Amino acid sequence: MSAAVPAAATKRMPEPRAATESRSRLRLGPLVLPAYTHLVILWLFAPIFVMIVFGFNDTHGKFNFTWSGFTLRWFMHPFGIPTLTSAALTSLWTSLTATLISTSLGTMLALASHRYDFRGKTVLNSVLIMNIAASEVVVGSALLTLFVTYGVGLGYVTIVLAQVMFSIPFVAITVRARLAGFDPALEEAAQDLGATPVATFFLVTLPVIFPGVLAAALLALAICLDDYVITSFVAGNTETFPLWVFGATREGIPPQVNVIGTFIFAFGVLVAVGGALYRGWSVRRLARETGLAAR
Amino acid sequence: MSGDFVSGFQFTWNFGNYAYGLGLYAAQYSHSIEYGASATLIAFVLAYPAAYWIAFHAGPRKSAYLLIVLLPFFVSFVLRTLSWETLMGDDGPLLGPLKSAGIIPSDFRVLATPIAVTFGLAYTFFPYMLLPIYASLEKIDRRLVEAAEDLFANRVEVFRRIIFPLSIPGVFAGVLLTGIPATADFVNQTLLGGAGTTMVGRVIEQQFEVSANYPLASALAFVFMLGLLAMLLAYQRLFGTDELVRVR
Repeated sequence: MSAAVPAAATKRMPEPRAATESRSRLRLGPLVLPAYTHLVILWLFAPIFVMIVFGFNDTHGKFNFTWSGFTLRWFMHPFGIPTLTSAALTSLWTSLTATLISTSLGTMLALASHRYDFRGKTVLNSVLIMNIAASEVVVGSALLTLFVTYGVGLGYVTIVLAQVMFSIPFVAITVRARLAGFDPALEEAAQDLGATPVATFFLVTLPVIFPGVLAAALLALAICLDDYVITSFVAGNTETFPLWVFGATREGIPPQVNVIGTFIFAFGVLVAVGGALYRGWSVRRLARETGLAAR
Repeated sequence: MSGDFVSGFQFTWNFGNYAYGLGLYAAQYSHSIEYGASATLIAFVLAYPAAYWIAFHAGPRKSAYLLIVLLPFFVSFVLRTLSWETLMGDDGPLLGPLKSAGIIPSDFRVLATPIAVTFGLAYTFFPYMLLPIYASLEKIDRRLVEAAEDLFANRVEVFRRIIFPLSIPGVFAGVLLTGIPATADFVNQTLLGGAGTTMVGRVIEQQFEVSANYPLASALAFVFMLGLLAMLLAYQRLFGTDELVRVR
């Protein structure tokens, strides 16, 4: 498609001079692809922009669909609706618990499959992928049937169990990607110097893979906080933030939802930008300490 | 994708609950396949050029661009879909001005049509399309491109004969990871669609939550699993599991 357009502009000729001439004559060609990419990015941000703007909407009716003036009212009282606040807190607690559990289990899974060749490794890979690819409706309904069959009361515990289940593969895969560049000689060296396996893990392995583990934990947290479909099946009467929002669609969404959404987005931006800055800073520090030029 | 589904459809036609459920909800199944497939196609058309540009031409700002593309997905999925509802509303920020300017008729609607549902689905699952494609493009050995150029391939030929074939595993992974959830999703359909656009995910959810007809719902869900399994097995045959695992 648009990839084909700049191609015509730089058609290779045997003589280098002819090539540069034809390139300078058709300047528009190389702009098509970046323009397209930036339009896609605009499209991606359109609903986020709407969400933030409508958090400032001075609406008086139940519905928050049409613009009726600027106000900071909702930002002054973001937690003005008790059931919404408690749903948001439920979301936070279940997601944090699930993230903690799935990050530990997923990291172990990644370590095991990185270090050892064992029977059923292909099956394990397939199960991980299936877990990611499986439609949420199927997973949610299957979990509900399971919990009901074994008489597990629906609520906090089942939400956490479900969230641990569907976030483990993301953790395992992210950590494994980090492990791919990990030199096993480091671990051997530590053990040659008398470190126990546990000490080796905490003093050598974990510090090296920590960026991967952190990224995995953040990914798991984002997925757990965000999930609606699976959680809706196993939540019983407990309400998380997405469940509350979805339930409120018929009566109209209060602008506080937009405000809380804006906070979550701002948090995401802070974490992402902070992470990028930290990476840049640590690269420069490393360069300074080792006397090498950055990059 | 629909091919596997159609064969599953005919294959299970003879079993009690399956026959009943499939007969009753044939329209919803076909909606699901139709919207899921179009959403996957839209996501591909939007994601591939963007992933290509970021992987090959964004230079040092590569990871920054990737981050920007993923940032919107920090916001809750339900909230983003609601924002689309606002954006595509009958008098919303997009249609409202066009209507008052008389460019489109006042009874023109996007909401509650298949278009709204399809674009909602393409938006929701966009990262699952972009990331695998980006990952497969990113790891293409640049020396291959240079070698092709040294052999006088122009940029169309380089793309057609080197880059695209090498990115096909990523494209397949993206189609799989977008197509399956998009086909089953019911949140987009509930918020952006109308009574005439019901998809099978919604039916399963309603059978569980409202009618509590577990056997029928399980049968409906299992048909989905069959389609999913068929696609995964086909993928595994073609490319193995490593490619998929390395994706994220």
